[in-house]
Formats: sequence, C-alpha cells, structure tokens
Amino acid sequence: MLSRVADSLYWMSRYFERADNCARVIDATHSLMLNRSVVGPDERWVRALTCLGMPPDGYDDDPEAAIARLAVDPGNRSSIVACVTAARENASQVREEISSEMWEQLNRLYHDVLRSEPDAMRLVASVREGAYSFYGVTETTMSHGEGWRFVQLGKFTERACAVSLLLDAYFSGTTQADDLDWIALLASCAAFDSYCKVFTADLQPNRIATFLLVHPEFPYSVRYSVERMHASLEAITGQSPTRHRVRIERVIGRLRASLAYTPVSELLAGDFHMFLHGVLEQCRALHAAVHEAYIDYPIEVAFQS
Amino acid sequence: MPTPATHDPFAAYTLAEAYDEMFDVRAHPRRPYRKLHRELMNLGPEELGRSKQKVDLSFFNQGITFTVYGRKEGTERIFPHDLLPRILSAADWDVIERGLTQRVNALNLFLKDIYHERRILSDRVIPAEAIFTCRHFRRQMCGVKVPRDAYVNVMGTDLVRLPDGKFVVLEDNLRVPSGVSYMLSSRKVMKQIFPALFRRCGVRPIEQYSQMLLSTLRSLAPEGRSDPTVVLLTPGAYNSAYFEHAYLARQMGIELVEGRDLVVHDNYVYMRTTNGLQRVDVIYRRVDDDFLDPLAFRVDSALGSSGLFSAYRAGNVTLANALGTGVADDKAVYAYVPQIIRYYLDQDPILDNVETLLMTDPLRRSHVVDHLQDFVVKAVGESGGYGMLIGPHSSQEQRQEMRARILADPRNYIAQPVLALSTAPCFVDGAIEPRHVDLRPYVLFGEKTVIVPGGLTRVALRKGSLVVNSSQGGGSKDTWVLQN
Repeated sequence: MLSRVADSLYWMSRYFERADNCARVIDATHSLMLNRSVVGPDERWVRALTCLGMPPDGYDDDPEAAIARLAVDPGNRSSIVACVTAARENASQVREEISSEMWEQLNRLYHDVLRSEPDAMRLVASVREGAYSFYGVTETTMSHGEGWRFVQLGKFTERACAVSLLLDAYFSGTTQADDLDWIALLASCAAFDSYCKVFTADLQPNRIATFLLVHPEFPYSVRYSVERMHASLEAITGQSPTRHRVRIERVIGRLRASLAYTPVSELLAGDFHMFLHGVLEQCRALHAAVHEAYIDYPIEVAFQS
Repeated sequence: MPTPATHDPFAAYTLAEAYDEMFDVRAHPRRPYRKLHRELMNLGPEELGRSKQKVDLSFFNQGITFTVYGRKEGTERIFPHDLLPRILSAADWDVIERGLTQRVNALNLFLKDIYHERRILSDRVIPAEAIFTCRHFRRQMCGVKVPRDAYVNVMGTDLVRLPDGKFVVLEDNLRVPSGVSYMLSSRKVMKQIFPALFRRCGVRPIEQYSQMLLSTLRSLAPEGRSDPTVVLLTPGAYNSAYFEHAYLARQMGIELVEGRDLVVHDNYVYMRTTNGLQRVDVIYRRVDDDFLDPLAFRVDSALGSSGLFSAYRAGNVTLANALGTGVADDKAVYAYVPQIIRYYLDQDPILDNVETLLMTDPLRRSHVVDHLQDFVVKAVGESGGYGMLIGPHSSQEQRQEMRARILADPRNYIAQPVLALSTAPCFVDGAIEPRHVDLRPYVLFGEKTVIVPGGLTRVALRKGSLVVNSSQGGGSKDTWVLQN
C-alpha cells in the first residue's frame, strides 16, 4: 500500500479519536459542573484543558469560554471542529481506500458539527453519537487488511495517550478529587457502567486507576489499547517485513510488559506521574518508529536492502 | 393528463436545419432509432420521469461528480445525464472507426517527425513557425525516443455531425482527454434502466475499455520489463477529474499515485509503499506536461516529481501520453491535419476537418474581426470550452473584447464557421425535445489501435445552445453502437 495512503488512514483515525475523546471529556466535565463540590469550577476546567493537552493559560474564568475553546475554536488545533475537519480532510485523500459508508458517515458528521457550532453542547452530543456509528461502520464495511490495521493503530495510539493524560490530570494534579470527580473521570472514558460491574459503585482511586490503566478487556483502558496497537503492528510488520521491525517490536514489547506486570499499587505509591509520562513517551517513540519504517523512510535506507 | 396510449411524446419535437439523429427530413424515425422510438411511444412521460429519477439517484449514489473551477463552495456537482441513448448505426461507426484509426496513426507519425527529423517542415507542408510558436511544443522532447513511437496513447477526438449527415472532426484532444468514466458509468446505469430495449437493439459492448487501456499501457513498458508496474498519476483529490482518476485506477486495479508518492533515484522511478520503494514502469499521467517535473518544466509545480523527466528521457519509465503531444492538438496546427494525413499516409482523410481560419492570415483576420457574429472563435491552446466566443450568441461587448484580443495576439486564435451540430432527442423537464450533441470516442494506441464502439455523447442541455462542455452547462448521454 502507498505510504501516503497508510499515513492518511492513520491520521484520519487519530484525529477522529481525538475529537471523540474531547467530546467525552467536555461532556463529563460539563455535567460535573452542574453539581456543587469542594473543588471549584475553575480548577475543573483547568484539569479538562490539561488532560486534553492544552496549557490553561489564556483561559478566563468563564466556563462557556473554556467549552468554546475546546469544542469550536478553529485556532485551537485540538478542538473538536478542528479534529473532525482534519479527519475528514485525511479521509477525502483516500476515499478509494475507505468504504463509501465510512465516507458518508464522516461527511455527515462533519456537516452536523458545522451546523451545530453555535451550540457547543449539541455539537458534543452529535460527535458522541457519530463516533459510535463511525466505529461500527468502519468495523463492518472496511476490509480488515493493511489499511484497516493503520486505522486501528491510529485509533488506539491516540486512545492510549488520551487516557494516560486523563489519569495524570486526575491523579497527579494538586486538586483534591471527590466522588463526583471520579465519576467524571470514568465518564470521560465511557467507563462508569463497566467499572461498576467489576468493582461495584464503590469508587476508590486505586481501583479506578487499575481499571483504566491495566484492565485487559475494557476498550478504553491503556493496556487494552496497547494490546490492540500490538496486534495491528504485528499484522503490519508481518505483511511488510522491514529493517525497523526490531526497533518497533522492542518499543511495543516494553510498553506491554510494563502495563502487564507492574502492580498498580506500587505505581500509585511511587511516582505515578513519571510512569504515565513514560507511557506517553513510548507511544511517541512507537509513532516515530512506525513513521520512519513505513511512511517517510529515507530513500538511502530503502536502497540498502 | 393524456393517457400514454394516445399521447404523442414527440408532439412538440421540432426539426430544424440541423441533422436530427432520430428523425429523417420527413419526420420518420431512422432505422437505428426505430426500436427506441416504438418504446417511447408506449411509455408515458410519468414512466420516463420515474426512470430519470432512478438514473439521477444512481449517479448520485455512485458519486459521479465533476468540479467547476472559479466558484467557492459547492463546487462538486452531479454530472448531468440525459435518459435517452444516442444510437449509431454499424455503418456510421465503421466510418468513424476507420477515420479515427487513420488519424491517430498520422498524428503519431507527425509527432515523431516533429521531435526528430522534421521532414514535414523542411518539405514545407506546414510552416515551421506554426510549430515553434505553439505553447505546447516541448523543446525538451527533441530527440527523445518513446516506446513503439507511440506518443498519443489515449486520444479523445470530438466529432460532430453536419446537416448532410457526415461526421467531421471538431477537435483532437491529445494531452489528457477525460470523460471516459462517464461513458462507462452511464452504460452501467442504462443497462439497469432499459434492459429489454438494450437487448433487442443489439448494442455493442464497451465494458472492456479498462482492460484495453491497461493492456495498452502495459505494451508501452520499458524494454525488459515483462511484468511492468503501471500507475495512474493524479494531481490529487481537488482536481476536477479526480472521480475519473480514482474510477479508472480501481477498474484497472492499479495504484492511484500523486507526485509526492514518487521518488526518482538514479534515473529510475519508484513509489513509496509501506513495503519499501517499488519500481514504476508506466505512468498513465493525468497531469499536464507543465506540472510533471519541476526540474524540467514549471519550477513552482508541486504536482509532479523531481527528476521524472530525466528518468523518462533515459527510457526507464514510460509516460502516457508522451510529453509534448499538445503540439498536435493546438487548434492552429489542427487546421493542417488533412495535409498531415496525406503527407504521412498518402491517403485522403476519411473524416474531414471543420473549415478553420487561422488568424495569422491577415486577409482572413480582417474579415473575421469584422464579422464576428458569424463565427466561432477559439483560443488555440485552451480546452473545455474556456476562451471561446460563439458569434451569434455573443453580445456586442464580448465581440469587441474578442476583436481586441485577436488583433493583439493573432497566433492565439482561430475562427470556424458556426456549425449546425446534429440534434438528438433528450428528455428535458418531462418532455422529449431535440438538443445539440457531439461525440467523443476514445482511441487507444499502443501495440495496436483499439477503439471501443461508443464514446461520450455530450449534450448542450440548454435549449438552442451549441456548447456541450460540462463546465459550461453540458451533460452526457449513453452512446449505443449497433451490431448491424
């Protein structure tokens, strides 16, 4: 498959996941805001901005402004509007590779988002709806070949990073978190119901961290995401053996091991922030390795083999 | 509302001086059209309306669109399509096929000559300045050998039928002719809409076009490449013909590449794949000459690939069509094609040209600029109906502007008499009415010459209009060539 095509599929998927993630965080934070608590509203929005990778400077006290910045600000490259636009842009470059249903779904969502721009919360709702449809359509209509693997890789790389950032914001922040905050964290990962099934509604920070970080079956846990990244990479490297295979395998292997074998209690007792930071670093390293092996390899290297 | 049985769908069908494809001068249906005529007499306008809706929906769902330049939003439009097929008899097609085969052979010999010995110039059949002043003449191509001496591999020649019933050539498209995807997808839809009629008429198939194109391209591979990699080079998703590029690539099962996917190393061309660099042997390029290689042509082009021309010169990759073919479809050089055919093939042209006045000729120029209302004026290097003036349909201002432009740059313009293009029945706003049509068959030239029986019939859907270009409000209809 052409490198450019693989790259567009990967980024289409990453941007889409980023938009979806942003919508979930806004939704959860917004409903949290409706309740009184010891934690002030400012701090919650600061936390939301932080976990979406945005420095909170320039943020004024107005929650509406924060929502607008997260959802519709075209100048903010991580806003929902910007991410959906970027996802569609990438998809339009590879319309022949994705199914027509995927294109239709993405296109419809894009127009919905533009239409509901004045009402940020309506926009959030349509993205959350649209995201489930898009994932379903992608799963069922796109052939599960190499292109689909790059779609999966993009989606789960983005998700592993996003959930790590969320955990970091809630666990490493200076803010005292209460039950409502923990509910918001779980809701940000669409995890509340699933968490209760495993641990009951007894909200304990270490259990929440365990669930979101290392649960092997929950689709939004970091470990699950990393396992899916691994599966995608195995398929990709298996189909197209490259010189960089060893490097990719080393990075993903280390990441999997650290999530599978490190007890969460130990992590929480130690430097949890550093650990999460390490996960992000390794995801970045993996992205760089894949990019260099399959997308933008120097031609001198390509002629060596 | 009249019932279908008593309703004459042709009540409002008026014949004028133009040749009508369906009716002869006594208003009897011509032989190839008889079965369609009978069918239409039996179908009511409601039923035709329903079929029309089905066709439009099918086009919409398939995303058969084109882009109009110069407008901001909503530039992507569904290609307008007429419900009723245009039907050609086997005898008509025989003339067209022989005529186009002759023409493509002569033009390829001409191009080889122009870029090598230039015998036709030294023998003074064509004035040298007509060639060297041509905007599409490529000096870089002089002395370059192309596989099989095949310069034009895909030709889309526009034919029109005159009142005497004869087809003449309106223009040759020898650079990157487009529209073949409309021909193919329109046929697919028509078979679903009129299956019984289609079978009864005995229509010759065109579905093999993509295979023919692929084998033509493969036959042009550099020497020693027995299993060549063929790709289609597109300017990208924002190009007006992107739908067609994607369609053809999919039909042929080849990669659709952009300039940035290609890498030239040591005069070989590769495409960047996830599995490493893969050598490319033949490029069916849908990018204009100027944009192919910033090192050889326009430095500001981001659509091509640096070093591509050098690899091409070295014979390590084939470009189809070859570079520099535009010199032969320049509208001023077009005027010489009958001489070109006689010169190289020693035959009379089977298909005539339209009478063409070169504005470089002072006498003709002064006549034309004073009588612009009687002529069609075209810019020589343009296509797609841009830069054209239709005298009788023009305003005083437009004529004055054109007059000034001709006088300022006579080499850039030619004039032709206003032709009465033939008319064909079209289903417009619930009624059957005549509209002007032309015909663009697609000619493939590689190991052998192949023309699929049919082509793109373009329709000027606006009443009385003579402009069939899709960018100017034209549409298309399916073209049926009958077995006998």
